[in-house]
Amino acid sequence: MPGQSRFHELEPLLTRVSKPIQYVGGELNSTVKDWNIGGFGPGGEELTVRWALMYPDAYEVGVPNQGVMILYEVINERPDALAERTYAVWPDLEAELRAAGVPQLTVDAHRSVRDFDLFGISFSTELGYTNMLTALDLAGIPLHARDRTDGDPIVIIGGHASFNPEPVADFIDAAIVGDGEEAVLAVTDIVAEHKAEGSPGGREELLMRLAQTGGVYVPAFYDVDYLPDGRIKRVAPNRSGVPWRVAKHTVMDLDAWPYPKQPLVPLAESVHERMSVEIFRGCTRGCRFCQAGMITRPVRERSITGIGEMVERGLQATGFEEVGLLSLSSADHSEIATITKGLADRYEGTNTGLSLPSTRVDAFNIDLANELTRNGRRSGLTFAPEGGSERIRRVINKMVSEDDLIRTVAAAYGAGWRQVKLYFMCGLPTETDEDVLQIAELAKRVIDTGRQVSGRRDIRCTVSIGGFVPKPHTPFQWAAQLGADETDARLEKLREAIRSDRRYGSAIGFRYHDGKPGIIEGLLSRGDRRVGRVIEAVWRDGGRFDGWSEYFSYERWMSCAATALAEFGVDVDWYTTREREETEVLPWDHIDSGLDKEWLWQDWLDALDETEVEDCRWTPCFDCGVCPQMGTEIEIGPTGKTLLPLTVIRPDAQRYAPAES
Amino acid sequence: MSRQRTPDGPPPPPPVQKLRIRYARRGRLRFSSSRDFARAIERALRRAGVPMAFSAGFHPHPKISYAGAAPTGAASEAEYFEISVTERVDPERVRVALDESLPDGLNILEVVEARTGSLAERLQASEWEIAFPGTDPERVRAAVEQLLAVEAAPVTRVFKNGPKTFDAREPIVAAEVRVEEGPDSARYAILRVVVQHTTPVVRPDDILTALRSVADLESAVSPVVTRRAQGLLQTAPARVADPLAADKEAVGS
Repeated sequence: MPGQSRFHELEPLLTRVSKPIQYVGGELNSTVKDWNIGGFGPGGEELTVRWALMYPDAYEVGVPNQGVMILYEVINERPDALAERTYAVWPDLEAELRAAGVPQLTVDAHRSVRDFDLFGISFSTELGYTNMLTALDLAGIPLHARDRTDGDPIVIIGGHASFNPEPVADFIDAAIVGDGEEAVLAVTDIVAEHKAEGSPGGREELLMRLAQTGGVYVPAFYDVDYLPDGRIKRVAPNRSGVPWRVAKHTVMDLDAWPYPKQPLVPLAESVHERMSVEIFRGCTRGCRFCQAGMITRPVRERSITGIGEMVERGLQATGFEEVGLLSLSSADHSEIATITKGLADRYEGTNTGLSLPSTRVDAFNIDLANELTRNGRRSGLTFAPEGGSERIRRVINKMVSEDDLIRTVAAAYGAGWRQVKLYFMCGLPTETDEDVLQIAELAKRVIDTGRQVSGRRDIRCTVSIGGFVPKPHTPFQWAAQLGADETDARLEKLREAIRSDRRYGSAIGFRYHDGKPGIIEGLLSRGDRRVGRVIEAVWRDGGRFDGWSEYFSYERWMSCAATALAEFGVDVDWYTTREREETEVLPWDHIDSGLDKEWLWQDWLDALDETEVEDCRWTPCFDCGVCPQMGTEIEIGPTGKTLLPLTVIRPDAQRYAPAES
Repeated sequence: MSRQRTPDGPPPPPPVQKLRIRYARRGRLRFSSSRDFARAIERALRRAGVPMAFSAGFHPHPKISYAGAAPTGAASEAEYFEISVTERVDPERVRVALDESLPDGLNILEVVEARTGSLAERLQASEWEIAFPGTDPERVRAAVEQLLAVEAAPVTRVFKNGPKTFDAREPIVAAEVRVEEGPDSARYAILRVVVQHTTPVVRPDDILTALRSVADLESAVSPVVTRRAQGLLQTAPARVADPLAADKEAVGS
């Protein structure tokens, strides 16, 4: 019987795997609904739409994911739909499941993933692709979309990586780009209607109905032709009624979508143990390397009162001791000072910490930092100048001057912080060794300044650096990626420059990611449909959990790529270290992120000229194309409102008072 | 302008009352670890608004102490911990509120005010039940008899600092096998065993290891383990007595 719990089959296996708690579900605020909650139509048609939602990484990484949590909640709020979650199982359980013949199950009711109508997978990163294949295979769903039958779920992906779904085009039935909360409900409506009609035409017709909306990409409905030199000639629909380009979804009023209302609280340890509230979506700072900033335009702020309500409700529902104010650049919220002060006042004396995960150097100030640490713990401060020299920061349009940075860290060290972390990238377009070596000089100036203002020797600065990966829908989508060896050589020079100066000793820490995983990420980011062969070959060879250094194998990826791509006359270098020209058809050109390709090209030329572009929140429009095309606009405050003190969050002494007193 | 950072403001309010709490770990939550439980209980205390006492310093922690947690994968009806609060509370009200704040499968069974002695010292022994579905009950009975007949049953378990070999026989104070009928009307054996807490504490998996090495008892299906009781060891007959009895008596008097 579809929809049955298979926990009794899983349970005996759990005593033999590590951290079994991650597979049992039952988290606070999780939901299990009746399999036929929507009932039946007059002819016995099922009126329930069922989603299995996957974050394709380990449970500890996937369970705090905001995107999946939001979709899980909005779908489960519908009376005619249900959503359950599933995550990548570790190789120890994978082996046990295969040996016992138990399929990929959801963690909520332990139902087989194949029993669901839709299998939705959220990709924040391309390094989860092999884990999707494991889940499909364990679920008993054919790996290739063309082999699936009406008994299989519609495999549909979302998340930032779906802005170039081509590398996984063979494995998925559909992709949604952009904000998911309205989109999944629209898809649910279409599936509900199709099922109520008795599923006429099977999955083919259902996919057609989805594609016709213009907001769901069905790869099978498009053909890709190639030029003799390997470049794409054109991507075109192969049937009528299918749009040439698929549009992204944009939720305009964040206050209308206060999700997650009831965040999941896992028993198992996870990577983010906090209550997160997204304070705005989108970013118009215009950093040219940043895919998230480009594809989530325009800026839409949640109001201060909306934030206050979400924090209050979320803390009561979870008991978390830290609140994270999420966004791509949290200190840029037009009312951030009022918000942080209001929240710090409200939760004074409750040991509730506030954190701003992404903070720009130029938007940071000590007042803000003090509010953040008033009720909680004072951890290190992290800033991301991204580029070491002023010149390279002009190229990437991260307009932070060295003096800004020094002023900020001086204030931080002066106010008692001891540790500052600085994030950089290596391999940015036009970068030379000299640009990267500037990082060492910057770090030394930070330490000198810190020692001066604090009068102490024990202050520290950590330099953290990784390889830059060019991403689709950014001005750097045409850029040549720096090769793995060149990246490693440049990082080595930087390390030497930091270590060689004894005056700084252990005051400057150096952490780096080598260039190899970045090349594979680059292959998957800017790949086309032919790269799907590589993904499958790597998976068949045992590739799993590519985001984990202990599982990732560069050698396996390179040897599988060499074999799988040979017949096409292209290779990994062709996809990664090759600079593209303006006229080249890019694999994701038919996915419409709202950005005007000519504007992106102009911005790429500006980058090469070291010309900066201002943030359009505060300056006139630069015609990136998003607002007019999507019928949207930038939405920011100030609203002039403040957060009123709350008395209800105070522990009520009377509540537990002994009866006799 | 050197500054040694110390937390601003007054020291945290002192504890005025200590509570001793028994809870159960049931069903699928038997797969939670003691660390998982610690996170869950800290959040439950916050949700329930229990006036917890905190340690001082930059990283204040709620004052909670845990005692002898059952291993991951074992169910339990007798797990214990203590908390300190800054205002006097009614233990039963705390029990109800905490129980509601925890996920189903972690159940707060008893909350009593600590009045006498140390709880840890009273946790001298455990009573375990080990069910053997899918194994011939007579085979289990014979294996247990064989184990009881030996002088010593050395077993090896891997600890944080490497493997250690210790005797699993001597701490077994009593053991008996009964047979029950499962939902599929198959008969299966349940071993009830009273184990004295020694160093290291002999756990049910050590007893299973001993049964394997002494009597070649292999189970096709993983045995299901439940701690029935934990507390003072009484002999003749061997049983485990309620470790909270003394506190309850003191409150009542």
